[in-house]
Amino acid sequence: MDLDPEDVFKDEEDDPDNEFFQQSESSKEYVVYLVDASPKMFNTTCPGKDQKDEIHFHVSISCIAESLKTQIICRSYDEVAICFFNTREKKNLQDLNGVFVFNVAEREQLDRPTARLIKEFDCIEESFMREIGSQYGIVPGSRENSLYNALWVAQALLRKGSIKTADKRILLFTNEDDPFGSLQGAAKADMTRTTLQRAKDIQDLGISIELLPLIRLDEEFNVSVLYSDLIGLDSEDLAQFIPSAGQKLEDMKDQLRKRMFTKRIIRRITFHIVKGLSIQLNTYALIRPTVPGAITWLDSVTNRPLKIERSLICEDTGSLIQEPPKRFQPYRNENVKFSMDEISEIKRISTGHLRLLGFKPLCCLKDYHNLRPSTFVYPSDQEVVGSSCIFIALHRSMLRLKRFAVAFYGGSSRPQLVALVARDEITTAGGQMEPPGMHMIYLPYSDDIRDAEEIFPDTEDDAPRADKDQIQKAAALIKRIEMKDFSVFQFANPALQRHYAVLQALALEEDDIPETIDETVPDEEGLARPAVVKAIEEFKLSVYGDNYDEENDHLGKEKVGGASRKRKEIAENAAKDYDWADLADNGQILLETLG
Amino acid sequence: MARNKEKLVLLLDVGPSMHGVLPEVEKVCSMLVEKKLIFNKDDEVGVVVFGTEETNNELMDEVGGYENIVVLQDIKVVDGDLIDILKKLPRGTVDGDFLDAIVVGMDMLIKKYKGIYKGKKRLCLITNAIHPTKDSLEGSKEDQVGTLAVQMTAQGMKMESIVVRGILSQDANKRIMDENDRLLSIFSKKTRSRTVYVDSPISLLGALKTRRVTPVTVFRGHLELSQQMKIKVWVYKKTQEEKFPTLKKYSEKAPSTSKFATHQVMVDYEYKSVDDSSTVVPPEQRIKGYRYGPQVVPISDAERDAVKFKPEKGVKLLGFTDASNIIRHYYMKDVYLFIAEPGNTRAILAVSAIARAMKEMNKVAILRCVWRQGQQNVVVGVLTPNISQNNKIPDSFYFNVLPFIEDVREYQFPSFNSFPASWLPNEQQQMAADEFVQMLNLAPSGKEEALLPEFTPNPVLERFYHHLELKSKQPDAAVPPLDETLKRITEPDLELDFENKSVLDSLCKHFELKENSKKSARRLLPEKPSGSNGEDGNGNVSDARAVDSIGQEPVVKIEKIGDLTPVQDFEVMMTRRDNPEWVGKAIREMRDKILSLLTNSHGGDNYLVAVECIIALRKGCILEQVSPSPSLCFCCCFFLNLLCGFRCFCLMEPGPYNNLMRYLYRYCQEKEISTFPKLLASMDVTLISKSEAVDSSNFTDDEARRFLDKIKPEPKD
Repeated sequence: MDLDPEDVFKDEEDDPDNEFFQQSESSKEYVVYLVDASPKMFNTTCPGKDQKDEIHFHVSISCIAESLKTQIICRSYDEVAICFFNTREKKNLQDLNGVFVFNVAEREQLDRPTARLIKEFDCIEESFMREIGSQYGIVPGSRENSLYNALWVAQALLRKGSIKTADKRILLFTNEDDPFGSLQGAAKADMTRTTLQRAKDIQDLGISIELLPLIRLDEEFNVSVLYSDLIGLDSEDLAQFIPSAGQKLEDMKDQLRKRMFTKRIIRRITFHIVKGLSIQLNTYALIRPTVPGAITWLDSVTNRPLKIERSLICEDTGSLIQEPPKRFQPYRNENVKFSMDEISEIKRISTGHLRLLGFKPLCCLKDYHNLRPSTFVYPSDQEVVGSSCIFIALHRSMLRLKRFAVAFYGGSSRPQLVALVARDEITTAGGQMEPPGMHMIYLPYSDDIRDAEEIFPDTEDDAPRADKDQIQKAAALIKRIEMKDFSVFQFANPALQRHYAVLQALALEEDDIPETIDETVPDEEGLARPAVVKAIEEFKLSVYGDNYDEENDHLGKEKVGGASRKRKEIAENAAKDYDWADLADNGQILLETLG
Repeated sequence: MARNKEKLVLLLDVGPSMHGVLPEVEKVCSMLVEKKLIFNKDDEVGVVVFGTEETNNELMDEVGGYENIVVLQDIKVVDGDLIDILKKLPRGTVDGDFLDAIVVGMDMLIKKYKGIYKGKKRLCLITNAIHPTKDSLEGSKEDQVGTLAVQMTAQGMKMESIVVRGILSQDANKRIMDENDRLLSIFSKKTRSRTVYVDSPISLLGALKTRRVTPVTVFRGHLELSQQMKIKVWVYKKTQEEKFPTLKKYSEKAPSTSKFATHQVMVDYEYKSVDDSSTVVPPEQRIKGYRYGPQVVPISDAERDAVKFKPEKGVKLLGFTDASNIIRHYYMKDVYLFIAEPGNTRAILAVSAIARAMKEMNKVAILRCVWRQGQQNVVVGVLTPNISQNNKIPDSFYFNVLPFIEDVREYQFPSFNSFPASWLPNEQQQMAADEFVQMLNLAPSGKEEALLPEFTPNPVLERFYHHLELKSKQPDAAVPPLDETLKRITEPDLELDFENKSVLDSLCKHFELKENSKKSARRLLPEKPSGSNGEDGNGNVSDARAVDSIGQEPVVKIEKIGDLTPVQDFEVMMTRRDNPEWVGKAIREMRDKILSLLTNSHGGDNYLVAVECIIALRKGCILEQVSPSPSLCFCCCFFLNLLCGFRCFCLMEPGPYNNLMRYLYRYCQEKEISTFPKLLASMDVTLISKSEAVDSSNFTDDEARRFLDKIKPEPKD
C-alpha cells in the first residue's frame, strides 16, 4: 500500500482543515530585535551549564536564533528585522551612526524569516567583530546617541503595514541599565529627554517596546534608572518581570523565551454565569498539535505553483454544476435532500456563548472524558468591567472546593459540553510555569464513548486479577523505572524535526541533511542497570512463572502477514535505492526554491 | 459480513407507571432504528412490549401464561415501518413482568436463529422494575433467573437493561425494587449483560447506545516494559467523536422522475498553472512543495520516502512518574484503551498487577507509541490505570497523547494577585461565590450525577436524524425545534436554579458589571459581523443593546412591535436569544408595521417613521443571516403571489427585505405616490446587495443601487 505523504502527521480522524487547529494569518506580528552590541555585552558573562560561562551577547543571539526557528515553523507570516546598536560599522537607511541592520540576500530588512536568515544568523558571532564590530556609541564629549538612533531605525523599519492588521513590537536586549551613565550635566539630561521623547513617539504610533534585560550575578539591573520611563511601566509591572539578581542562566533564558512571544487570543466569548450576569472571557490555544504546513502543488518543470480548480460534475448528465449543490442522505430507499441552510440550522442549537450549567467534584472528570486539546480561558475587563472580579471569585471557590464547572459551549462547529477546570498559578525562578485561569476541556457525548473493554470475554469465569505478591512486584518495578522530573514538554517531535531539517537543507541547497535526534526512544542504558533488570525479572517470574520464554517463543512464531512483509521489503528497497548525496550530485533533486 | 450483523429484541415496559417516560423511550428506540437504517442496514430487530391489556406471543400459545405481553413486531430486517411502530408505542394498562418479557425475547431469538446464526444476539430491556415478578413454579426466583442466565450465555446472547428510576418513577415498594435489582444483578454477574440506572429523561436518551460501532484495534502487539519483558496488548479507541454524517452532494440535473438517475456529483480537480490558466498540468508533472517560511521547497514522493522519519512499529515504556506531573489539560486527543490480549491469562495478570500498583502508588506511565508499520510519526503519551469494577471485565489502561515542545505555547498571564485591589473579590463577594459553587451542584451525593457524559446524547445528531425521518415522509419538512428534553443540555436546569434562587440572587447582588464606556463602540453581541455596530446612529437603540450585552436577555421583554417606538422594539426583539422564533417574528411584525404605516398614511405623515422602520429592517436582515421560522416562508409566499415573476429567497433573510422593497415599488407606482420613493432615495435606502449578505443576496452593489433609480420617479420636467 502506498502511504500518502500528506498523511504524515495526522491520524486518521484528524482534520487539518478544522478551524480549531488553524493559526490565523490575520494576527501577524512585526518584530524588530534590537540588540545591544556594546563591549559590555561581550565582557559580561553568566555561568551556564557545565560551569562554562556564557557572554551576554551570545545569550541574546541564541535566544533570537531559537525564536526565529520557531517562527519559521509555527508563525511564518510574522516579519522580523534584526538590528544591532553600539556597533563600529553602520548600516541603515537613515545612515545613523552606531546602528547596524543585519540582513541576508533576497530579503527585505523587515520580512518573513527565511532559511538563509536563520543559517547566517546562526554563525553571526564568528564574523561579528570583523564585519560589524562593537563600540560604545554614547561617550562624553560626543553628541552621538546610539540608543536614540537605534530606536529611530527600529521605528522606521516598522513603518510598514498598519497596526490594525499587525502587532508591532520592538524587543530590546541589553545589560546596561544606565546607558547615559558616562555623561554628565546638561548633555546627559538632554540625551535622556530626547531618547524618552523618541520612545514615547514610537509608542504613540501603536508600537510596543519591550525590554529583555540581561542580568549579572553580582549586580541588579536597575530598571528605574531609565527604562521604566522609556517603556512606560509602573512599579507593579516592573516587579513582574525583572528577575532577581544572580539567578541561573537557564532561568533567564526561559524567561526571555517566554517574553519573546505575545499571547494571541483565539476568541472573545461571553460567559453566562446566571441570568443577568454575563462576563467576558478571552480564549487562548496554549496546546495545539503543530503540523507541517499545507502542501503546495508545483509544476515540476517550471517550479511555479499550481492553482487547483474544483468543478462539480453531474454523474448522470455529465454537465457542470454551477450553483452550490444540495446534499442528500440515502434513507429508506430514497434520497433525502438537505439544503446547506437546513444543515446549518440543524447544527445551530445555541447562541455561541458559554453557558454555565453547574459544578461537579473534580473526581467526576474521568480520564476518558476527553476529545481534543483543551482551550485556556482568562477574563477580560476590556468590554465588561467586573468580569475579572467574578472570574477570580469563582476560580478561588472552585480551587478551594475542588470542583470544576460544567458549561455548554454553543460554537457553530460542534456545540458541546465542556468542563472548566481552575488552575492556580505556578511560578519558579524561571518565571510562570502555569498561568492562573481555567482550562476548557471538551467533553464527549454518550455517542462518542465506547465500551471496548466489555467486548471480552465470552466465558462464564471471572476475569483474572493480580494477587498481592504480583502487585507488590509491579510496585517494585515502578519504583525502579521512575522518571522523577518528568515534564510534559521535554521532547521535541522527531518527525517534525526531521521534516524541517530536510526542508532547510533543500532550501539552502546543502548536500547533507543535518542529523536529528529522536529524544523519544527509551533509555536502554538505564533499563539495563542490574537493579532494574532484577526488578523486571522478579515481576516477570511472579506473573509468568517459568513459562515466559515459552510464551514468547509462541509469539515469535506469529505469522507475519503478507501485506506487512511486502511493505517491509518496499521500505528496505526504498532506503537502498535512494542515496541522498548521490541524488543531489546527479542533480536529480530540484533544488530551486521559490520566493 | 454476516458475522457483523446484530439480531436485537427490544423489550419495552409500557405499563401505566412507565407512561411518563414513554415519549423518551419512543424517541431513543426510533433513533436506534434510524441509525441502523443508515449504518447497519442488515441488522434485524424485533419489538416486544409488556404491561399491555392484550396478550399476543407464541409462548402463550404454546405453553400458556406469559400474559400481558405483545410481540409488536417479529424479528425482521430493519425498515421504516419499524420506526412507525416504535414512534407509537401502545400505552399499557397493567403492571408488566420483566422476567416474562425476557423469556419471550429469548424464545424469539432462539427459535429464529437456533443453530444457524452465531453472530451478535442482544436483548434490550427498558423498564422501571418497580412491580413484582410472578413467583416461579419450581424453585426460587433467583434459581429461575440463574437458569435463564445460563441459557443466555449458552445461546451467546447479551442483554442490556435500562432501569428508569428516581424522579422518573413513582415511589414504589422498596422491597420489591430491591428484589428486582437483585434479580437483574444476577444477569450482570452471570452473563455479558449490563444494567444501568437512569433518573432523568436526558440520561434515558443517552443510556442506550443508538449506533453500533464494531470496535477495531488501533494496535495489536507488545507493550514493551524493557527488552526482556513484553506484554501482549490490544489497543482500542475509548472515545471517538461521532461526527455529523457526511452527506453526499446531490445533482438536480437529471430529471427527478428518472428511475436510473443516481443524482451523484463527481468532484473533479484540475491543476493549472498560475500564469496560464488554459493549460492543465498532468499528474506526472506535478510535484509537492512544502512551505518553509516564505519559500516553497519541492520534494518528490520518492525523495521524501528516502529521507523521512521512519520509526519502527511498537509501544515502549519510557518510565513511570507521579500522576501529579501530568496535568489533565495536557491531554491532546480522544482516548485510547489498552487491554491485555483477550484470553491470555498471563498478560491479563501482568496488566492487572501494573494497573493496580500504579493506582496504589498514584503513578502513571509514559509511553512512546508507533501504532502501525510505516507510520511516519511517534506519539508520546500517558497511560493511566483503569481498575475494573466488574468481575467479568479485566483491568485495563487508558492512554492519551501528550504535547511535544513544538505544541506548547508558553504565554504569560498576569498573576491575579497583581491585579488592582478593586478588581479582586472582597470577602462578601468571595462568600457569595463559594456558596454558589457549593450549591449549584450537579453531582449531589445520593442522586444520579446530572449531565454525565456517558449518558448525555448529542442533541445535534438527534435533531438531524429526527429531521431526516420527517423529510423521508414529507420532503419539505422544516427543521424541527431542538428536542425539549435535550434542550436541557444547552441551558441551565431551571429546577436547580429555582431551588437555589437565594444563592443566585445573592451572587447577582454582590457583583456588578458595567460596560466599559471607553469601548462602547464594540459590543459583545454575537453572530454579527464585526464593525456592523459602528454606523449605529441611533442613541436609544445602542442603549437598549448595552443592557442586553451584559444581561442574558433584555430587561424588558418586548414581545411585539408597538406604535410608539417601533424601531427600538424591533431591535430588541431581534437581539432576543431565548428563542430563535423571535427573529422571524420581529421581521414579520416589522413588515406588517411598515405596510400599515404606509397604507394608513394621510398626506404622508407616517412616511418618515416608515422609512426609519425600513432602515431598521434592512440592517436587521443583514445582521441576521440565518434562516427564519417556517411561518416566514409562508409570508414570503404571500409576497410571491403578489409579485409573481420575482424569485423568492424565502429561506434567506434579505429575501423578506428585498421582496418588501419590490412590493413597495409596485405599490407606489400603482397608487402614484412619489414622495415616499423620493424619501427613500434621499436616505440612500437600497436593496441588500451581495456584498452585504454574501450567501443570501444575488444583487451586486450596482444592481442594488440601480433599484433606487428605478424607484425614484421620473423627473417631472
